[in-house]
Amino acid sequence: MTRQTAGIRIEDVHLSFGPTKVLEGIDMEIRPGEFFAFLGPSGSGKSTLLRAIAGFGPRPRGRILIGERDVLDLPPWKRDVGMVFQSYALWPHMNVRANVAFGLEERRLPRREIGPKVQAALELVGLAELADRMPSQLSGGQQQRVALARTIAVEPRVLLLDEPLSNLDAALRVQMRRELLALQRKLQLTTIFVTHDQEEANTTSDRMAVLDGGVIQQIGTPQELYDRPANGFVAGFLGTANILKGRIENGAFRTASGHLLHIGAPVAGAQRIVLRPQNISLTDAEEGADIIPGTVRHREFLGSQIRYLVETADGTIIVDTLHATGGTPREPGSAVGLRVDSTNAPLLV
Amino acid sequence: MSAIGTDAGKRSFTPFPRLSGAAVAGILIAIILMAFLILPVAQVIYVAFLDARTGTLTLQNFEDFFRSTLFRQSFYNSFYVSAMSVVVATVIALPLAYITTRFNFAGAALIQSLGFIPLIMPPFVGAVAMSLLFGRNGSVNLLLDQYLGFKIPFMEGLNGVILVQSIHYFPFILINLSAALRNIDRSMEESAQNLGASGLRLFRRIVFPLAMPGYLAGAALVFIKVFDDLGTPLLLNVNTMLAPQAYLRITGVGINDPMGYVISFILVAFSVFSLWASLLFMRGKDYATTQKGGGGLAKRDLSTREKVLAYGVILFILALVLSPHLGLTLLAFGTIWSFSPLPDGFTLQHFETVFTQSTQYIYNTILYAGTAALLDVILGTAIAYIVIRTGLPGRRWLDYMATAALAVPGVVLGIGYLRMFHGIQLPFGMGPMASWWGIIIVALMIRRLPYALRACMAALQQISLSLEEAAESLGAKRSSTIRRITVPLMTGGILAGFVTSFATAAVELSATIMLVSRSSEAPLAYGIYLYMQSAAGRGPGAALGILAVIIVGVGTYLSQRIIERDRRRRAAAPGAQQ
Repeated sequence: MTRQTAGIRIEDVHLSFGPTKVLEGIDMEIRPGEFFAFLGPSGSGKSTLLRAIAGFGPRPRGRILIGERDVLDLPPWKRDVGMVFQSYALWPHMNVRANVAFGLEERRLPRREIGPKVQAALELVGLAELADRMPSQLSGGQQQRVALARTIAVEPRVLLLDEPLSNLDAALRVQMRRELLALQRKLQLTTIFVTHDQEEANTTSDRMAVLDGGVIQQIGTPQELYDRPANGFVAGFLGTANILKGRIENGAFRTASGHLLHIGAPVAGAQRIVLRPQNISLTDAEEGADIIPGTVRHREFLGSQIRYLVETADGTIIVDTLHATGGTPREPGSAVGLRVDSTNAPLLV
Repeated sequence: MSAIGTDAGKRSFTPFPRLSGAAVAGILIAIILMAFLILPVAQVIYVAFLDARTGTLTLQNFEDFFRSTLFRQSFYNSFYVSAMSVVVATVIALPLAYITTRFNFAGAALIQSLGFIPLIMPPFVGAVAMSLLFGRNGSVNLLLDQYLGFKIPFMEGLNGVILVQSIHYFPFILINLSAALRNIDRSMEESAQNLGASGLRLFRRIVFPLAMPGYLAGAALVFIKVFDDLGTPLLLNVNTMLAPQAYLRITGVGINDPMGYVISFILVAFSVFSLWASLLFMRGKDYATTQKGGGGLAKRDLSTREKVLAYGVILFILALVLSPHLGLTLLAFGTIWSFSPLPDGFTLQHFETVFTQSTQYIYNTILYAGTAALLDVILGTAIAYIVIRTGLPGRRWLDYMATAALAVPGVVLGIGYLRMFHGIQLPFGMGPMASWWGIIIVALMIRRLPYALRACMAALQQISLSLEEAAESLGAKRSSTIRRITVPLMTGGILAGFVTSFATAAVELSATIMLVSRSSEAPLAYGIYLYMQSAAGRGPGAALGILAVIIVGVGTYLSQRIIERDRRRRAAAPGAQQ
């Protein structure tokens, strides 16, 4: 596991299935050793893009470079990228050892080298003692590790993970994603992780690309994307967002219903403001600076927080308040004032 | 009724837990299966080990069997014919399965019909027609001789049996192999490519081993069907095989001749052994790897040259597969057909003969097969319900017993009935039970029960338990839940089971040929057999054969339609599925 890891450059990649465009003008650069996530809803093209890097599916237009080499005209077996499939795709007629050894055998390694490499890969994922089991005798999490071991055993230059955690239960998912990240850091292997789960992408990736409708919406670190979403889709897809319409007026934001909110640096021509639920608090005052009046319509107890849906002249606004043990929540139907902390709120054109 | 729940513990408060309706039905079914399947077969096996004079247990009969050159030859021939039929059937099925699963190919529909055309004609019906087409002086050899100056012995002796059987049974391999190939998820192949495998190595290491269980299942089925078949060798006049020998010994030498029983034992042992072996091999090898929404293997387009080649192969196989049907049609409508590629002229005479002299065959067939199929679905529904929905102790054994009929060749069941029921006199002067026409219905019912049972089981398994629980929570008793909810929801499966049982029972020959005592009580298949004995009878025999093909064809079509309609309806109502 010493091979030089490689960066990936994707240049103007387009792909259509018949009349449907699935990828449009994809451009991005993934740095060597980076943990990169493709995040998007189903049908956004994220898996298609990953498969295109691995060489599956129809050939897209454009260029995909791994290291310095354009791989688009190489068959999958010559690309030297390791892919872990969503279904794991363990071959049911081979035991764990044979599954892991497969890629090494295909690379015509001498038998005496294969054994230790298989052993090392299995040890890396903590499954050395299960080498003689059949895949059907393993739990979902173990199958996942075998799939991972099988892929890293061949020391690929790039690791591709297609929704690797989606078949695991919630607790295991959290544990596995930490292990994945630890393994990636240890191997210093350029990794792309496809997911529709923003929490998974946030917790693992150095940077991520948000896709929708076959188009990249934004690329950046998780925090950049959350704090500075480029558009309404990114704002809404990463966390919960209240998006209020209005306009810039004298260095402040005036909502459609006429309430004035303080902002940081004004953005020319901005017509929407993104308010995160935790940046709004409830108050009894119904007038004043940065206050929008409304009526509580619905309340959800979330444990550490209480979420209110408050009806206002600017639409229904979601508010999260911290819950302190013993606190008394507001009742649905009661009139409240929303105090908005909008100093750092992103503005959208 | 209400005593038998899915979980007996939950319902232990009911007053008569042991005498529920399900228990009574279960016991009745067990008695029927014991009397008409288990005991007759057990008796046949027992007699095979019995000294005919002293009545003591002995291996003498087996020693006699293997001392006889004729029996050794028959044993060898049966084995050889079955193995070669598997080989030839594989040669036919392999390219078809490969073309449809690996390539985008417009002729796929053609291949699908290829897969079912042979099954609508029982092999023995086409056998005589095949010898007129491919025999020493048949159409093909006459043409070959005329233009190329040589003949090919397609139909000489065992070759004829192998050709007829493999053309008839290759769909079993085609269907199983295609299903196995289709069930391989694309990611199986892709992950191998991702790790560096391609081409022939990819096929050898991943695709082939994953498809192997499906292929073996089909091959085992073909082997055993050919090994047990009586009608085809009999009609082709090949008597040095096991099943014909058993038939000839029992009907010629007599019911007490031990050789018939020894052969029966060997037939049953082989059936059980190959079913067991294929089960053993299949265990833990459910390689269906397709994922939700994921397709099977990646398909690619064919180049023009490959397309021509593919169509060539398929049309050649299609011609071969249709040849029994073609021959039968020529025979049924032809006047005299001898030493010429085609009949001398065409006529409707044979159908007239059939409809004036032999209507009893048709009437009997509808009566026998219809009653047997009706009984099959009643038993099948009851067994399915007891096995799946009740906690009756030993319920699985009903399923095992009924399914065991698959491993019992028709000849053996026939011999068992003759042996067991020939001494039992029926009341009202109907004579011995073994020669009563009702026993034919019983034999057909037992032989076709496994098919009906599978259909009913599948239908019941698709009904969500919650649909029945909803009825019960609304106040319906167990019996009215069955009547108003369960059975109506199973209708499609039950109907499909009925049609399949009916269509296959209508052309059953091997058990009926042993049990028919009078020509006036004989069904269609036996009528065809009688007609085909003489050259003059071939025309009417073929006409009857056409009628048989129509019955089976219409039946198969109907059951397909019913199953499809059912599936569509189910897909339309998502709540119906678990």
